[in-house]
Amino acid sequence: MTEITSLSAFEAAERVRAGELAPAELFAAYRDRAAADELNAFLWVADDAGDGADPASSPLGGVPVAAKDLFCTEGIPSQAGSRILEGYRPPYTATVVSRLADAGAPLLGKTNQDEFAMGSSTENSGYGPTLNPWDRTRVPGGSSGGSAAAVAAGLAPWAIGTDTGGSIRQPAALCGIVGLKPTYGACSRYGMIAFASSLDQAGPLARDVRDAALLFAHMVGRDPRDATSLEFPEPVRLPESERLDGLRLGVPEELSSDAAGIEPGVREAFEASLQLAEELGATVQAVQLPHAPHALSAYYLIAPAEASSNLARFDGVRYGLRVEGESLLEMYERTRAAGFGDEAKRRIMLGTYALSSGYYDAYYGRAQRVRTKISEDFRAAFEQVDFVVTPTSPTVAFPLGAKLDDPLAMYLNDYCTIPMPLAGIPAISIPNGLSEGLPVGLQLAGPAFSENGLLDAAHALEQAIGFDGSGVRG
Amino acid sequence: MSPAAALEAVIGLEIHVQLSTRTKMFCGCALSFGDPPNTHTCPVCLGLPGALPVANARAVHDALLIGLALGCDLAPRSIFHRKNYFYPDLPKGYQISQYDQPLCRGGHLGDVRIHRVHMEEDAAKLVHIGASGRIHGSDASVVDFNRGGTPLVEVVSEPDLRSPAQAREWLELLAVTLRRLGVSDVRMEEGSLRCDANVSVRQAGAEELGVKTELKNMNSFRFIERGIEAEIERQSAILEAGGEVEQETLHFDPRAAELTPLRSKEEAHDYRYFPEPDLIPIDVTEEMIAAARAALPELPAARAERFQDELGLHPDTARVLAFRLELGDYFETALAADGAEAQPLANWVVNELVGQLDDVDPAESNVAPEALARLVAMVERKEVTAGAAKQVLARLVADGGDPAAIVEAEDLAAMGGDDGALAEIVARAIEADPDAADKVRGGNAKAIGALVGAVMRETKGRADGGEVTRLIREQLAL
Amino acid sequence: MIDRAEVLHVARLARLALSEEDVERMARELSAVLDHIERISELDLEGVPPTSHVIDVAGALREDEPQPSLPRDVILEQAPAVEDGGFLVPSPGG
Ligand SMILES: [Mg+2]
Ligand SMILES: [Zn+2]
Repeated sequence: MTEITSLSAFEAAERVRAGELAPAELFAAYRDRAAADELNAFLWVADDAGDGADPASSPLGGVPVAAKDLFCTEGIPSQAGSRILEGYRPPYTATVVSRLADAGAPLLGKTNQDEFAMGSSTENSGYGPTLNPWDRTRVPGGSSGGSAAAVAAGLAPWAIGTDTGGSIRQPAALCGIVGLKPTYGACSRYGMIAFASSLDQAGPLARDVRDAALLFAHMVGRDPRDATSLEFPEPVRLPESERLDGLRLGVPEELSSDAAGIEPGVREAFEASLQLAEELGATVQAVQLPHAPHALSAYYLIAPAEASSNLARFDGVRYGLRVEGESLLEMYERTRAAGFGDEAKRRIMLGTYALSSGYYDAYYGRAQRVRTKISEDFRAAFEQVDFVVTPTSPTVAFPLGAKLDDPLAMYLNDYCTIPMPLAGIPAISIPNGLSEGLPVGLQLAGPAFSENGLLDAAHALEQAIGFDGSGVRG
Repeated sequence: MSPAAALEAVIGLEIHVQLSTRTKMFCGCALSFGDPPNTHTCPVCLGLPGALPVANARAVHDALLIGLALGCDLAPRSIFHRKNYFYPDLPKGYQISQYDQPLCRGGHLGDVRIHRVHMEEDAAKLVHIGASGRIHGSDASVVDFNRGGTPLVEVVSEPDLRSPAQAREWLELLAVTLRRLGVSDVRMEEGSLRCDANVSVRQAGAEELGVKTELKNMNSFRFIERGIEAEIERQSAILEAGGEVEQETLHFDPRAAELTPLRSKEEAHDYRYFPEPDLIPIDVTEEMIAAARAALPELPAARAERFQDELGLHPDTARVLAFRLELGDYFETALAADGAEAQPLANWVVNELVGQLDDVDPAESNVAPEALARLVAMVERKEVTAGAAKQVLARLVADGGDPAAIVEAEDLAAMGGDDGALAEIVARAIEADPDAADKVRGGNAKAIGALVGAVMRETKGRADGGEVTRLIREQLAL
Repeated sequence: MIDRAEVLHVARLARLALSEEDVERMARELSAVLDHIERISELDLEGVPPTSHVIDVAGALREDEPQPSLPRDVILEQAPAVEDGGFLVPSPGG
């Protein structure tokens, strides 16, 4: 069994398609591990692969995929980590999940997350926190913490998550795996329980860059059910680069200095990888993203504003929790008070406030202008360099409970990952060694639809860094 | 001078039109009316988690058509907003509507200016079912999402109307214009046309507007007139008593002819509009405008003008034919068929045909337009009298057929004076009623009626009234 | 800064019942976050257009072709309360 699960997803798929590995055996190996999950990474595990595409003739070779709870899966609990959706089984499946199934990746299970993807630690789940496989007293990051922990611990060969302000990249960094946040519109959002619609993107979490590329290749494409989705302009390639010759990397001071709260161990790892990049043939230079320090503010206006509206549908009428009351108003207020957790309530309040009459221009309207400036900053930077590099997270995984009482401290986790979704551009996090025994992430961001280039560069760096995560895969 | 004479009403209308597209505004569910509840829903129109809207191209086309018909400026780019509020008939907790970038602005219909025209989605239907044991025995309602998500176009007029009657008349013009466009059933009683009114009262000639109230739930043309009337009276009474009108939303109860406040005043409206992130902007392309232009028919107001100017119809007849689309269409077909003169033909359509058909669409009736045209032509040529022609028309309504054949078979041809047959009948009538004859001779002109009536009875209406009168006077040597 | 009264007003708009304790805590936490956020008021954003759609695409309309709807029993299965083939709710204003 350990031998099967030690294969990368790419290798496992190759073996299945070569007839050297029975897909049922592959599925069972992961199902058994997922079912024995001690990290609270899974909220639901499949019994079997179902009858999807023929693994032997499909590109993903029957390698099962774990999906963040917020992806709707027909007849299967899809709760977005929230008690307000406890036991909710949707009558339809998210486009991305069905595309993967069609390409030969059956659903392995649903993974834990911060409620409605609001959080950076997975502690905001209504179903208990997920533990970091590197240190079970620490958080795996979030909000896609269940997916990241499952992949890092070898409970799943790969997984999908969503990223709104860093929810794929930050847990990937804290769990020592690869996470890609694609260009906004690259993957359909249909069937993804929305947090902040103008920022949310689905993306892969994988053991290595090649696996991430392979999974991503079958997630992309325009979906007639999502008006904001786009055709990916070129085929997604499996990365092979070992060198970075001629590549210009830019280090934005705003996202790598002390102001960004980068802790020493993370800084050291970051600087080491910059040196490595130069050794691989890249040039490294400083670039400016002058408005990046305001990205967090803009994000914490835009995302909660959209969320306050997206979460209005949880009203006890058509699905999910209802707490009865003496009147309609009381039913609404009790249902929502009982169903949402603290963080969801905070963001609903913040967003409602930011949109409310008299405040719109000062808050939401202003945040949208900052958003414009941030996009312009990136556009200017990409005239000088090919990609921007930063630490993914300013810190390594922190202890459970450490930031629960301080929302702002929790929000600052996403300092380096928030500017990219505001600009709609892709970014990838790869493991960048360890600091005090805990994984550190390196982030590369590029212009819209530069995923192929990003994956290539990430692959070359990954090879050079030589991170070994097998220790926690058991 | 009464103080009321110094006040004037200022009225603007907001009209919601349900489009008659095949599918809803943002999902592929078929539109329906009267089907069992919740049989036309999907993840999108039920507001299920994760579902996303995609705008209906046909609805955009129809909205552009309305914009063109009303002479609006079409925005090259417009966007949808979310209008946030909680209500059980609103599955997402927001209505997708348009806010500061609507599809169309400006324009006019008749002499009333249009403020804007925008697209949105309809709410679901909430059916009050009284006490339900399942909800603490308190009052309960049931939500049916079949209607939810139906494409709506909202037309907002400028406050250019000055009287309830004018408001009603203008709304009728808008309704018939929309019907001609073919974009909506335009049935108030079924809710496919809904009208709210903004009403204020001010000193006549004042520049500034008074405080306005919003009137809702006036679901017929008559109620709109009555509701606005009632509100003008109410506001005038307040102002005349030296009071101040409060800005509020009122609900019209047609039975009591009363207006009651609709929402509690503490419940401040704060819709928290923001751009709908799930939808991309609508770019109105040259092709889209060309397609709408090509689909634009002659509108009722223009048709009435043409009927007057080109066909010389009386303004009243022209208006009836232009505004009752089925009559106008029938009239034009009949006019094209045969050489009947426009005005008599129009009279026959508007008076006799409508009278005999009740509510049946003439196009669906047994009376072929060509047949009516031939019948009217026969009347014009005095081959058949008007009275006999009505009998022919009754036969046409009942069984269809050719008017000439009916005249022949029923022996309804006009009796002329040439063959002496009519003169003979007249002579008999005078003989049968010497009293009447004496009175006529004695100068009592009215008395001739009895004699004419007798002749008409005898001839079963085939005789021409003028000819009969002439013969009576001739035979009485007057 | 956001005060008690504003917290209560916003909670009503958002249909969230808050306990006494919640109100205090919410006022404190939101004020701290807003304090940080308000730094964007320092930026000169004169003449900067707002971004509401990060990708510049338009069009993507749907043809007016009916698609199958969901069976009623499937949608009502998830509902907390059902009557007469519909979703049962306390009457608004009732
Ligand atoms: Mg409206
Ligand atoms: Zn639908």
